[in-house]
Amino acid sequence: MQAVTVDHIVKKYGSKKETVTALDDVSLEVAKGELFGVIGPDGAGKTSLFRILTTLLLADAGNAAVDGFDVVKQYKEIRNRIGYMPGKFSLYQDLSVEENLRFFATIFNTSIEENYDLIKEIYFQLEPFKTRRAGKLSGGMKQKLALCCALIHRPVVLFLDEPTTGVDAVSRKEFWEMLRNLKKQGISILVSTPYMDEAELCDRVALIQSGKIMSIDSPQSIIKQFTKKMWSVRSAEMFRLLNDLQQYSNTEKCYAFGEFHHLVLKNDAEGMDPVMHYLEHLSHHEIEMQVTQPNIEDCFIELMSQ
Amino acid sequence: MKEAVITVNKLTKKFGDFIATNEVTFEVDKGEIFGFLGANGAGKTTAMRMLCGLSMPSSGSATVAGFDVYKQTEKIKQNIGYMSQKFSLYEDLTVTENIRFYAGIYGMARPAIKEKTAQLLNQLNLTPEANTLVKALPLGWKQKLAFSVAIFHEPKIVFLDEPTGGVDPITRREFWNLIYQAAERGITIFVTTHYMDEAEYCNRVSIMVDGKIEALDTPRNLKKTYNAKSMDEVFLQLARGAKRSDD
Repeated sequence: MQAVTVDHIVKKYGSKKETVTALDDVSLEVAKGELFGVIGPDGAGKTSLFRILTTLLLADAGNAAVDGFDVVKQYKEIRNRIGYMPGKFSLYQDLSVEENLRFFATIFNTSIEENYDLIKEIYFQLEPFKTRRAGKLSGGMKQKLALCCALIHRPVVLFLDEPTTGVDAVSRKEFWEMLRNLKKQGISILVSTPYMDEAELCDRVALIQSGKIMSIDSPQSIIKQFTKKMWSVRSAEMFRLLNDLQQYSNTEKCYAFGEFHHLVLKNDAEGMDPVMHYLEHLSHHEIEMQVTQPNIEDCFIELMSQ
Repeated sequence: MKEAVITVNKLTKKFGDFIATNEVTFEVDKGEIFGFLGANGAGKTTAMRMLCGLSMPSSGSATVAGFDVYKQTEKIKQNIGYMSQKFSLYEDLTVTENIRFYAGIYGMARPAIKEKTAQLLNQLNLTPEANTLVKALPLGWKQKLAFSVAIFHEPKIVFLDEPTGGVDPITRREFWNLIYQAAERGITIFVTTHYMDEAEYCNRVSIMVDGKIEALDTPRNLKKTYNAKSMDEVFLQLARGAKRSDD
């Protein structure tokens, strides 16, 4: 049995006159114990999918199941078995750290003590502030508390909707370390993110855009499917270089990519020499060009433009 | 000739015993894209608010577009643009109404507004959406429009506070193209971001840790100094040592 099954789910919003399709025939499966990423920009449909799976929203068509239970007919069973951390901070701001945690434990007929081992590593960092009101915590601490509250009843499947949005690079890294530790405890995790670089930390990912899944696979396999040769190019004037490369007759695609520009050529038979000539002719200097490995963001851009 | 448009000298802001921004010193040149990085709680927002004339410093000095952050805050506000992901356009106004509203606030004359609005809509391919409510636009369009509105009055400097959060990779790059174009025209860009690849697009980057600027250089030199392959590594090395975290 799969942790999550999504079968041809459709979700639309709005009136008859103006409908927005948030999820357009989405299907996917998450295996038990898997760390599965739903990667896509704002408005791709990530939150709608999570709300359907957590039984908070009804789909217009299709079926879905979590831990073998149907999201419509058996929603009560599901609610007892899952943990959900919504994108927006949803704990009680006026309760203390400890009160929040105790409240969620009590709702699920359990106690902090009973499941303490599961949250120990995360809660340990919050314990010095356990009498502080949740509303007075820093962003990173709120995030840790929310994760503890979502875990305190030892869920089978954990849903994390954009846990790292707006969080700095250091806290993001720490958060993903926590997720990997939870995975070791056998919890299936569905996590959504707009940060493409986080895809590489998941077992498998679904790349989603405008309500449609563009690709589902392990990050390594998605990257392998990118069969074109990718060049990275830089020079002393990066913006002019970008424009010049985009104008170049043999360019299929060129875009900024951190320190370099990424370039895909229409015809790669002649290699880099003609490109170098072209750039030298336009008096670019300090030119560097080499073959590079594409990553998930390159794949996302490629899939978006198909 | 380099011409500094922001000069900051030992600028400090205290809230009681807490030193949010601690004696920061730097200069930003005209037309430069200046990346202002730091972990959550490092003091970026406080520093930015002082430079925008929204918060009185506790000590130190600074000028923005030639105006003093203590005495000429109104002058500063007239000469800068500001955009953040959290606050930018009015959702219940149309595209044209938003432009007219902001341009009006900055004191532009009606005929000038009219002419420039047509140009801008054309440039952003938004002419068919001129009378659409902003809330009906896709996020990527909103952000490009918000940036264009922030520089509509041709400010000397534009402050961008995490402008690209949550947008798809293609839109994010289109957004950066707008930033580059503005910089080419001589508008200085002061930008904060959590995307480390975007730090690479800046001419120079400063990294704040616990209220102080710990590093300031070109991305290339920073990587050399910290013996790092990417700006992400540089950032992690510096910010890992941070004692405080807050929003």
